[in-house]
Amino acid sequence: MSKCRYNLDFSKGFKAMMRTFRHLILLCAAALSFSAQAQLSIEVTGAGANRIPVTIADFGGEAGLSRAITGVIRGDLERSGLFKMVEQAQMPMTEASSVDFNAARSRGADALAAGSIGAVDNGRYEARFRLYDINKQSQLAGAAFVTTQPLLRAAGHRIADVIYEKLIGEPGVFSTRIAYVVKVGVGRFELQIADADGQNAQAALISKEPIISPTWSPDGARLAYVSFENKKPVIYVHSLASGKRTVVANFKGSNSAPAWSPDGSRLAVVLTKNGGSQIFTVNADGSGVNRITSSSAIDTEPQFSPDGRFIYFTSDRGGSPQVYRMPASGGAAERVTFEGTYNVTPRLSPDGRSMAFISRRDGGFRLAVMDLASRQVQILTDSHKDESPSFAPNGRMILIATEIGNRGVLSAVSIDGRIKQRLSVAAGDVREPAWGPFQK
Amino acid sequence: MKKLIIPALLALIVAGCSSSPDIGAEQSGAPVEGRDGKVNTVNAGGMGSSQLPAVLTDPKSILSKRSVYFDYDRFDIKPEYADLVSAHAKFLVNNRQFKMLIQGNTDERGSREYNLALGQKRADAVKKALILLGAQEEQVESVSLGEEKPACVDQNDSCWAKNRRGDMLYSGEF
Repeated sequence: MSKCRYNLDFSKGFKAMMRTFRHLILLCAAALSFSAQAQLSIEVTGAGANRIPVTIADFGGEAGLSRAITGVIRGDLERSGLFKMVEQAQMPMTEASSVDFNAARSRGADALAAGSIGAVDNGRYEARFRLYDINKQSQLAGAAFVTTQPLLRAAGHRIADVIYEKLIGEPGVFSTRIAYVVKVGVGRFELQIADADGQNAQAALISKEPIISPTWSPDGARLAYVSFENKKPVIYVHSLASGKRTVVANFKGSNSAPAWSPDGSRLAVVLTKNGGSQIFTVNADGSGVNRITSSSAIDTEPQFSPDGRFIYFTSDRGGSPQVYRMPASGGAAERVTFEGTYNVTPRLSPDGRSMAFISRRDGGFRLAVMDLASRQVQILTDSHKDESPSFAPNGRMILIATEIGNRGVLSAVSIDGRIKQRLSVAAGDVREPAWGPFQK
Repeated sequence: MKKLIIPALLALIVAGCSSSPDIGAEQSGAPVEGRDGKVNTVNAGGMGSSQLPAVLTDPKSILSKRSVYFDYDRFDIKPEYADLVSAHAKFLVNNRQFKMLIQGNTDERGSREYNLALGQKRADAVKKALILLGAQEEQVESVSLGEEKPACVDQNDSCWAKNRRGDMLYSGEF
C-alpha cells in the first residue's frame, strides 16, 4: 500500500490552511487484477451555463511528472463542465512564486492555481500547490500530497478536489471510483472498477455469466452485486482489496437487487423463496434474514433513504410499476410516483432531498429527478433506454447506463440536466454503473 | 391434449426400460472402460444432456421441447403450451429423482431488476402448473434470468417475443 498524505511540516506559510486538511489521506492500491482491455473514455457533451474561468499553471518540477499532474487537474476541472481553462500569464510559476494578480486578471481568470512536484525520498514525491482568488488577491487554499509515481494521478485528483471544493462550495468527486459491468463479445462479463475519470480500470470479477446491480458499501471497500454464475441470480458481497467473496443470499428461487443500509451493516434484498419477488433485509454476512414486504405483487429495487428511515422501492401493486416508500422496518407503503405508467429504479440523492428514477415517456425510458418536498418531476434526457441511475457522492451528477447506436455506454448527467458526459469502452457494452462513496 | 399424452406416456415407458432408474446427476459416474486404459472423467457438476434419457432429448418426443412463450406483459400459460407442460409434469411424477430448474426470461425493455421480477413470475407460472399436475415442490425450482440471457438480440417484436420465455431444464442441464 502506498500513502498519499498531507505533509504537516511542508511550509510555514501553509500552516493555517493545513488545519482544515489535517486528516490523513490514504490512497490504497487495491489488489485487483488489471484488465488490459477497455479503458473508459469520457466525452463531454454539455457544460454549465456559468463556467468559472480558472488558470491552472504548468506545475514546476521534473518535466514528465509535472506535465502529467497538471494534465490530470485540468482534465478533471474541465470535464466537470463547471470551469473554463484560462491560459497562464506568468511563466514559469510554482506555489513559491509571488502572484502577478493584475496579469492573471487581464487574462480573465477568477482563480489561479500553481504548484510543483518534487522527489522527497525513496520513490516518493510531494505535490504542492496554492490556490488564489484573483479578484480578492488572496490565497484560498494550499496543500501538499505525498505520492508515488504510480499514484501520481491520484494526487492530481486530490488537488482538483481541493480546487473544486474551494470554488464551488461542495466536495469534489475526482478522487472517487466507479463500478460498472462490461460485456465483451458473447459470454464474457467483467465487473470493473475505475477512477471517476475512467482511468485505471481493473476487473474485480470476470465471469461467463451476467453480473448485475453492483452497489458500493458505504465505506467504499466492498461491492454487493448479483451474479448468475450458478445459472440463477445469487447475491454476493465482494471485498475489493482481497477479492474475498461472501454469499449473502442464495435461497431457492431468485436473489437480487441488493441495497446497503447507510451504516453498512445490513442489505435490503429481493428474494423469491416464499413465492413472488419480495423485499427482505439481511446482515452483510448473510445472517438475520427478515421479510419486510408481504404483498402479492412484485416488490423490488429497494433503496434506503440516506437517513435510514425509509426504503424506497418499485412495486406493481397498483397495476403498473411505480415507486413507493415504506418505513425501513416495513409497514404501510406510500406511493411516490404518479405520472405515467412505468416509473422504476428509485435512487435517493446523498442529501435525501431528491430522487432519481427511470420513467417511460413517449415510448422511451428516461432519467427523471423528483424533488421530494414538492414532488416536482423533471425529465433530464431524451434517451430511449436509460437504466440504473447512480448519484455522485456530492449529488451533483447522476451516472446512468444508456444506449447509443445499439451499444451500451455510460452517461453522467448533472441534476439540472445541463452537463452531460459520455463514458464508453471501445471493446464492449458498458452497463450497470455505480458511483462509489467519497474516499475516506 | 389426450392425443399427445398417450405417445408421451409410451415414450416414458420405453425410456423407463432402456435407462436405469437411478440416473440422477450424482449417481451417473461413467464406468471405467478397460480396453485401452482410458478413464472417463466423472463430471460432479452434473451430467451432459447427452446422458439424459432419450425421451427428454429425442426431437420426436414432446419432452425435448422445453420452452413456454408468453405474451407481452403476460404471465399466464397460453393454451397451446398446456400439453407440453402436462407432459413434463408427468415425467416428473414418474421420475421423482429428477429435478427441474425453470428459468424465466423477459425482453430487454425496462429496468433489469424489474425484468428479473417479471421473469420470475413467468417461471413461477410454469412451476405452479407443474405442481398442480403432480410434480413435487422439492423437484422444481423457479428462478429468473430477467433480460440477461436473451435468445435473440435484435430490437424488434419477433425477437422480443422469443425472449419472453420460460425454459425447463433437467438435472444435468444446469
